Amino acid sequence: MAESRLTASQQAAYWEKTKRLMLFILAAWFFFSFLIHFWAPQLNTIRIIGFPLGYYMAAQGSLIAFVLMCVWNAKAQDRIDHEFGVQDE
Amino acid sequence: MAAIQGGFLANLGRIYALYTGTFIGFTIFIGVLELLGVPNRILGYLFIFLTLGVYALIGWLARTAEVNEYYVAGRAVPAFYNGMATGADWMSAASFIGMAGSLYFGGYGGLAFVLGWTGGYVLVSILMAPYLRKFGQFTVPDFFSARYGGNVARALAVVVLITASFTYVVAQIVGVGIITARFLDIGFQVACFVGLLGILLCSMLGGMKAVTWTQVAQYIILIIAYLIPVVVLSAKVTGVPIPQIMYGQALEKIEALEKTFGVAQPYVSAFTDAKGAYSPTAMWNFFALILCLMVGTASLPHILMRYFTTPSVKQARDSVAWSLFFIFLLYFTAPAYAAFAKLEVYQNVIGQPIASLPAWVSSWGSIGLVGACDGANAAQTFALCKGVTGNGDGILQLSEFRLHTDAVVLATPEIAGLPYVISGLVAAGGLAAALSTADGLLLAIANALSHDIYYKMIDPHADTKRRLIISRVLLGLVALVAAYVAGTLGADILFLVSWAFSMAAAGLFAGLVLGIWWKRAGDAAGVWGIIVGFGLCMFFLIATEFYGPWVKQSLSWMGDINIVKIRGRDVAYIWGINNISVGIFGIPAAFVAMLVAGWVTKPASAEMQDFIDSIRVPAGSVRNAEAAH
Repeated sequence: MAESRLTASQQAAYWEKTKRLMLFILAAWFFFSFLIHFWAPQLNTIRIIGFPLGYYMAAQGSLIAFVLMCVWNAKAQDRIDHEFGVQDE
Repeated sequence: MAAIQGGFLANLGRIYALYTGTFIGFTIFIGVLELLGVPNRILGYLFIFLTLGVYALIGWLARTAEVNEYYVAGRAVPAFYNGMATGADWMSAASFIGMAGSLYFGGYGGLAFVLGWTGGYVLVSILMAPYLRKFGQFTVPDFFSARYGGNVARALAVVVLITASFTYVVAQIVGVGIITARFLDIGFQVACFVGLLGILLCSMLGGMKAVTWTQVAQYIILIIAYLIPVVVLSAKVTGVPIPQIMYGQALEKIEALEKTFGVAQPYVSAFTDAKGAYSPTAMWNFFALILCLMVGTASLPHILMRYFTTPSVKQARDSVAWSLFFIFLLYFTAPAYAAFAKLEVYQNVIGQPIASLPAWVSSWGSIGLVGACDGANAAQTFALCKGVTGNGDGILQLSEFRLHTDAVVLATPEIAGLPYVISGLVAAGGLAAALSTADGLLLAIANALSHDIYYKMIDPHADTKRRLIISRVLLGLVALVAAYVAGTLGADILFLVSWAFSMAAAGLFAGLVLGIWWKRAGDAAGVWGIIVGFGLCMFFLIATEFYGPWVKQSLSWMGDINIVKIRGRDVAYIWGINNISVGIFGIPAAFVAMLVAGWVTKPASAEMQDFIDSIRVPAGSVRNAEAAH
């Protein structure tokens, strides 16, 4: 890879976008890790194919969200890398 | 070797597909042997020794004398396979053997483990993996040394790494011991050393390269072994072989049976105490544990160092997503495993006459994992029955049935009356899980000792050959000590593992995150972050676990402290928080210490800030990595 350094302002812009993506996913992470489970006792009164919803969210729902977040992050960050021409493959 | 290696990497898909097919064929072959009347004991031996043999063979084929291959598998592991290897590295005896057990007993409360051991990968993905990969050294302490001014930070990171990883590895060897003891019919202590042999065969000669390709093989076995019994159970109970969807029905049946047995705390109820009433303490414990496990995930060196092995930064990121996907496959099945196991016990064991209990009760009972405590002298047959008084009516009531957490996964196939070949398969899977994690941990410890302590701090001029020999000798020694500790102490796997997460989280997380995301942080910030975070965590851990009464007396100014009798000790719970989540004291303390130290001391040098800029971007070289030295 040719050694083409980003200028200071490009570096700042790149990091600003990366940081925004990080904060967005961090917020989603916080929601699915903690926030939603506060209401588990209430959600448990709703049943879907046998599952109490509060139980389901902790056993499966949040997990699916975590996987999607990691995929999302990989794809979105890759787009940012290409936008600034700093992808490494 | 180079030519064969190229050929190997180019044909990964075909090789592992063939391997998977062979393993399935082998399992069917054992099933046929069982039908022909070959004794169970032989089937158990076949499963354990043949899988061990395969791991040893891979370890031998992947032997290497190159530093880059030994420490980071030549940075040639594609994202997909690194995901599988991380899955095996990650899922330990605690996940495979312990987790469904704690779900079986804890119900909703046990889901803290399911959440905590998956969500952490989101943090790895957004906060760490790509940047550590770009940094591109060999170990996590390398990062601390480069970022925070050299050997003081390196040494502190090594201390955290070794304490956490060693605690963790002891738990793994206990797991290996439980499985080998049961399926080879040998004593627990001997079994720990037999398992150790398997671990060393995998990792000694080929380091990270051998461990990587063995872990991929181990992942395939462990996921097959975990899924098959639940799929069979689901088909048997509900008629549909998709347990992850069908166990909703099992949950409903469990609830109905709980009512007839008069169970006060329903299985699926969230945040309740033993009487079934809403309990804020249960809720805070749930969230504290999740936080410690997630943050610990993003701090444990044996996991982070897996992302040093991918060919690029992009692949490191992709690889985190693959890792979590492969881990998810097991974790979203575990609650189904627990639910079907519980239903099986409720329907087919409770209420049966003692005289007609199936054979597994005595075979698991004899190693202290199951107890049927009806008669007055039940404790003579079942160690688990100590202190339980049955009513002696010849019928097994719910209150008279005892099951060890670690037995739920291993014994369920037998409890459900499935063929013994499935029990053997599950044992092979549990062994793969425990061995793969133990491999990764021992390698992390040995690398820290040989690379960080010996090469970087004692003898920077040591040649390659000498470094690798020292690394192998240390690997063997650490493994021996761990096996000795495991064999003598034995312990509850889950709480040891949870401690390891708290230690790593309190010691390393703040330094890693702020090292990448806060340019100003100087050397003092990194050093104080570890000292305060890890120090406070260890202080609370040791004090609450071993000096509970002292804590209650001397630290009462902190607020509510109560004493709980557990693990044969008086353990102090501060604010009602179980001390497996002791990291919640250390994690914030580390951040506060870093922020304070970072603001009162001068900011990191311009060279250091340029170094951070260069690891934040995938392309280009890493600048000023040696600025600290």
